[in-house]
Amino acid sequence: MINASLKELSAALANKQLSSVELTTLFLDRIGKLNPALNAFITVDGEKSLAMAREADARIARKDGGPLTGIPLAHKDIFCAEGWRTTCGSKMLSNFVSPYDATVIERFKAAGTVTLGKTNMDEFAMGSSNETSFFGPVKNPWDTATVPGGSSGGSAAAVSARLTPAATGTDTGGSIRQPAALCGLTGLKPTYGVVSRWGMIAFASSLDQAGPMAKSAEDCALLLNAMAGFDARDSTSLERPAEDYTRDLDKPLAGLKIGLPQEFFAAGLSADVARAVEAAIAEFRRLGATTVDVSLPSMRLSVPAYYVIAPAEASSNLSRFDGVRYGWRAPQYGDLTDMYCKSRAQGFGAEVKRRILIGTYVLSHGYYDAYYLQAQRIRRLIAQDFVEAFRQCDVIMGPTSPTVAFDLGDKAGNPVQMYLSDIYTIAVNLAGLPGMSIPCGTGNRGLPVGLQIIGDYFGEARMLNAAHQYQLATDWHCRAPAI
Amino acid sequence: MSLSLDQVQRIADLARIELAPGEAGQTRDQLNGIFALIEEMQAVNTAGVEPMAHAQDVAQRLREDRAVETDCHLAFQQGAPEVEAGLYLVPKVIE
Repeated sequence: MINASLKELSAALANKQLSSVELTTLFLDRIGKLNPALNAFITVDGEKSLAMAREADARIARKDGGPLTGIPLAHKDIFCAEGWRTTCGSKMLSNFVSPYDATVIERFKAAGTVTLGKTNMDEFAMGSSNETSFFGPVKNPWDTATVPGGSSGGSAAAVSARLTPAATGTDTGGSIRQPAALCGLTGLKPTYGVVSRWGMIAFASSLDQAGPMAKSAEDCALLLNAMAGFDARDSTSLERPAEDYTRDLDKPLAGLKIGLPQEFFAAGLSADVARAVEAAIAEFRRLGATTVDVSLPSMRLSVPAYYVIAPAEASSNLSRFDGVRYGWRAPQYGDLTDMYCKSRAQGFGAEVKRRILIGTYVLSHGYYDAYYLQAQRIRRLIAQDFVEAFRQCDVIMGPTSPTVAFDLGDKAGNPVQMYLSDIYTIAVNLAGLPGMSIPCGTGNRGLPVGLQIIGDYFGEARMLNAAHQYQLATDWHCRAPAI
Repeated sequence: MSLSLDQVQRIADLARIELAPGEAGQTRDQLNGIFALIEEMQAVNTAGVEPMAHAQDVAQRLREDRAVETDCHLAFQQGAPEVEAGLYLVPKVIE
């Protein structure tokens, strides 16, 4: 049952082969047993979960359920959930109980899913290894000496270790795709504006986007159906007709044109990852796709541009944490300014402070043009590169991460090294495109390798089609760590 | 580009983050490492390129100017560090 797809679980629930309470209990028991070693969850509240499960069972009994009713899910602790502690991985919010639901949570509640708990993450989603969490690092279930990736590392580890059938994540520079790659999962970041950001604690508002993390493309499509949709409360939410993201899953791949950017296969890509990604592309060719070489010449500037834009937006967003309305307040202080300075110094961890300082600097008088505007111009060049590339292909493929999971502590002391682990994912956020990662083999030490699929704007269904057809022909996505 | 200790202190003041004694030096070294990465941008000629602030080229939505939210201040203030009579308490600002 722990390896079942959402479709199989849904059928089992509808046929009364099992109840949501039984299913929820099964996963709560696994969390109880395995979470101490993995630290994938920050908050678990079995009573609340079981109450939701009972409600779902009642809905199913009166034939009022949908395809996700009764299915347990874990949510990244960046989503405000009413009555649940919502920490964003920070001491700043370590005692914050949300008075309201994020739109994503609200939509999943309406669909009848059960919340299993809130998953660990890099503090305020700033990190690529889940080591910046105030609640301690998450361990990768494939090898607990390695990181699960970040920032949605808890969600990735939880799905990978089968502590939950699926989970939510958020992706500002790769935070769904990179942990999905490192933990052997399928994860999808939608086109910017497709999923509401309301109630999702903001990091870099022009880049943040929520998406599903699951065992397969089919599961991701079902979850995205529930997550996506216009929300008047998010000023960047797009007014578009609703889509069924499962609609193209079964289409054959014949005629699909895959763009291969030479920049994705240049120096810096580890040989084991290159081998697995190239084998996956060969499989796509066997399935009827053709490949074409494309170029993203400005992609090399995506990391520098991102580390101006994201911290600039973060420094503005995180100014709300001042120890007045919510969050940590220093126990001792002098005047109001001293209260702000001490509360923020104590409430934020080192990486968050670094990014606030970078952001404050690049937005300050005299530096705005040289840094912030220049980064925004480069962002335009990067987006234009993709527009050019998509004239020649339907989807772009390459590695998600330059290496398999690295050891805990390996890059923690070197921010620049850590930043470079997102070199293949960041450009997608800057352009606002959809991207996903699917498992496509193993590399060094038998650790999972992720294939990144990048779609054109609103090309989610096409990406999911490609991923699903690959998953029908291969079994990398079915492999689970021996834990 | 390289930040001085004074500049680091000035940025921290602007960001309202207290630096512990001795912390400024390490912070400066890390920030300088990050700025070395960022500097790569400076060599690029972007003359005539329109800055891109947002991923989608859409206009800001407007709505009718009427109150839609209900009063939730009691629920919202549950998590506040210090509240009295519906007000958030902070150190005295005006003597």
